[in-house]
Amino acid sequence: MNAFSSLMDGFGTALTPINLLWAAVGVLLGTAIGVLPGIGPAMAVALLLPVTYGLEPTGAFIMFAGIYYGAMFGGSTTSILLNTPGESAAVVAAMEGNPMAKSGRGAQALAAAAIGHFAGGMIGTILLVALAPKVADLAVDIGAPDYFAIMVLAFIAVTSVLGSSRIRGLASLLIGLTLGLVGLDQMTGQQRLTFGSLQLADGIDVVIVAVGLFAIGEALWVAAHLRRTSGQAIPVGRPWLGKKDVRRTWKSWLRGPLIGFPFGAIPAGGAEIPTFLSYVAEKRLSKHKEEWGKGAIEGVAGPESASSASAAGTLVSMLTLGLPTTAVAAVMLAAFQQYGIQPGPLLFERESELVWGLIASLFVGMVLLLALNLPLAPVWAKLLRIPRPYLYAGILFFAAVGAYAVGGEALDLVILLVIGLIGFGMRRYGLPVLPAVIGVILGPNAEQQLRRALQISDGSVSGLVDTPFSVSVYAVVALIVLWPLLRKLGRGVLKSRRSVEK
Amino acid sequence: MRLRTPRRLRVPLALLGSALLVLVGPPLLTTGSGDDTGTKIPGLRLMVPNTPGGGYDITARTAAKNAEDAGLTHNIEVFNLPGAGGTVGLSRLVGEHGNGKLAMSMGLGVVGAARSNDAPKTLADTTPIARLTEEQDVVVVSKDSPYKTIGQLIDAWKEKPGKMPVGGGSSPGGPDHIAPMLMARAAGIPPKDVNYIPFDGGGELLASILGSKVAFGVSGVGEYLDQIKSGELRLLAVTGPKRVKGLEGPTLKESGYDVNFTNWRGIVAPPGLSDAERDKLTSLIRKLHASPEWRESLKKNGWDDAFLTGGKFGDFLDAQDKRVVSVLKELGL
Repeated sequence: MNAFSSLMDGFGTALTPINLLWAAVGVLLGTAIGVLPGIGPAMAVALLLPVTYGLEPTGAFIMFAGIYYGAMFGGSTTSILLNTPGESAAVVAAMEGNPMAKSGRGAQALAAAAIGHFAGGMIGTILLVALAPKVADLAVDIGAPDYFAIMVLAFIAVTSVLGSSRIRGLASLLIGLTLGLVGLDQMTGQQRLTFGSLQLADGIDVVIVAVGLFAIGEALWVAAHLRRTSGQAIPVGRPWLGKKDVRRTWKSWLRGPLIGFPFGAIPAGGAEIPTFLSYVAEKRLSKHKEEWGKGAIEGVAGPESASSASAAGTLVSMLTLGLPTTAVAAVMLAAFQQYGIQPGPLLFERESELVWGLIASLFVGMVLLLALNLPLAPVWAKLLRIPRPYLYAGILFFAAVGAYAVGGEALDLVILLVIGLIGFGMRRYGLPVLPAVIGVILGPNAEQQLRRALQISDGSVSGLVDTPFSVSVYAVVALIVLWPLLRKLGRGVLKSRRSVEK
Repeated sequence: MRLRTPRRLRVPLALLGSALLVLVGPPLLTTGSGDDTGTKIPGLRLMVPNTPGGGYDITARTAAKNAEDAGLTHNIEVFNLPGAGGTVGLSRLVGEHGNGKLAMSMGLGVVGAARSNDAPKTLADTTPIARLTEEQDVVVVSKDSPYKTIGQLIDAWKEKPGKMPVGGGSSPGGPDHIAPMLMARAAGIPPKDVNYIPFDGGGELLASILGSKVAFGVSGVGEYLDQIKSGELRLLAVTGPKRVKGLEGPTLKESGYDVNFTNWRGIVAPPGLSDAERDKLTSLIRKLHASPEWRESLKKNGWDDAFLTGGKFGDFLDAQDKRVVSVLKELGL
């Protein structure tokens, strides 16, 4: 009840005209930033920091939160329409969203994504209000062995979506893992695959890999085939979600937050892993398995809902523990410190007006974002009416701008092109692209957690399975791996029993 | 289309335009750079060798804004060139030989990164301008930890260094890595035996300390002020020369371990500057340091003033570099 009345006070703060204005500015900026590849919400907030110096802290944070949520909304737009993810969290949206767009259902995919973000953000924020202290405690209890177990689960789950050919899927995953190896070894500072170049010491940014494999690879592929196929524009179909679509997706919208929220709250979680897991879960649960890979709407709705809910989860550990779990949260933490406010266990008592105003503004921002994005979906979808040569020229331009914006290095453009050529080669030989991107994201993470876990246990392998959490995750992994075998066995037993009865 | 200039007017207009350009342009341009007497350095660019939002970034952007607000100069352009812990930015800076309109925000982390990456250029190749701020590291454990004092902790550490994982917020060669190594050396533990686990900043490390995944953590005092005050973390010692105001932890030195370690941030410029150019930059920073705006920022961010300029800062850089090299050598890195 206490939280509820504080939240009502928060709405009082958030709904003042000036704060409403900041929320609107934030979500607009965020959406724009999300749409452009390369400029993530973390960089946007950091660049705005000095500008907001003279502002009231409440207004500034309402704007930052708007940027964060807005970027989540906007990130999926280019993923779906142009196969060019703007953020690493939006990679999954391209998987089913882009085929939908190509078959003239772009507006529906965008709408499903927008409502997914809205549902995820809303549910996530409600969970934030209700569960903040408890989730925060859980976040502290999870250590390196548990993370490694989650990574193993993610790898296993991913191999189940490797596409039609296991061997091609694994090849693609290996390409990703190799790209992920480039850079300084985080534990010892040893250089790996950098060829002595300092520019490569921080590794290849995930955005560059994703944009290269998806956008550049795709553009080259289309260019190579444009002469044979007619260069006509992609059809734009009906603008709204049909009843059938809603019936298929409402469960996905609700399931997403259950996966996304906890991952946002734990320190090494972020938005990428929950979107992968949500995609896999939706694929398993779908009644329309034949549509997957060709544009299944659940594959857009679920992951997008999970990604926004993870943003809410991120705020839980940042506000209650002062624990930044993503780059955006780290920058926001720095912003808090600039105002002389230290997020942490005392924040809710000390700055209750600011915190509850911020939380209330999240609800307001969600509504603004939905109101902004839902009507825009058919408008965005019209982008695809541009004849392909011009459309792909535009994609190449934005991809290059995005890759350059990541680090301001000319070398990144060369890397982008090389990765684009790899992407082209992968398409030529039928290798799926997603496992490579997942390899780049998960590989370095998994390695770091494994080595950290082994260091904590002083080299003893038992350190990997000494927590109840990791043991239960491995049990799930074992179940997934053994399931086909068990089912076969079960069937065999049934059959033999029947034959005995006969 | 309707706005198109009538054809007969085009030639006179073009003539008028070029006349304006010739007559008005040069005076406009020269008013900026002709003012050589004040602190103003037109077109000054400040490079940040790590990502937006990091420590060097906040220092640089705050300094630039304060300098503008205090009317010392206008439009300092702050830009980020992240990579390899600041080494990418460093080699760019050294490459801009003689460029008096460029400076870089940096700190102890860059000293370490340049060494651990075996960078071809070190800070000895730059023109040192000034040290601005400093911050002590703290040695903290979770409130549930069995160690109540720094003495107890170090005794246990000596016995089984391998079983006592130490968490720090920087990669090898960085400040939070050097500090526990100096501690180990002072306590008689070979730094090679220290089980150091790097985390991606103090934030990620915090969870591992709170959950007692690491035996103890070492990071900047600013990162954990609130957690220490609320009692979530127990402060065992600070690494610097004096106690931190408002906190109860002793210094390592008064506890009997000969360690004096503070993290710091400052400004360096490219090599090959003329004396005039160097003095101009230094005087700009000196005036910034004296401005009320900068005082306010120091307070707001909880930074300790550690102003040191020119040759003295150069000697300091040199000493810091030697210390980092000696620690890394002992570790075989």
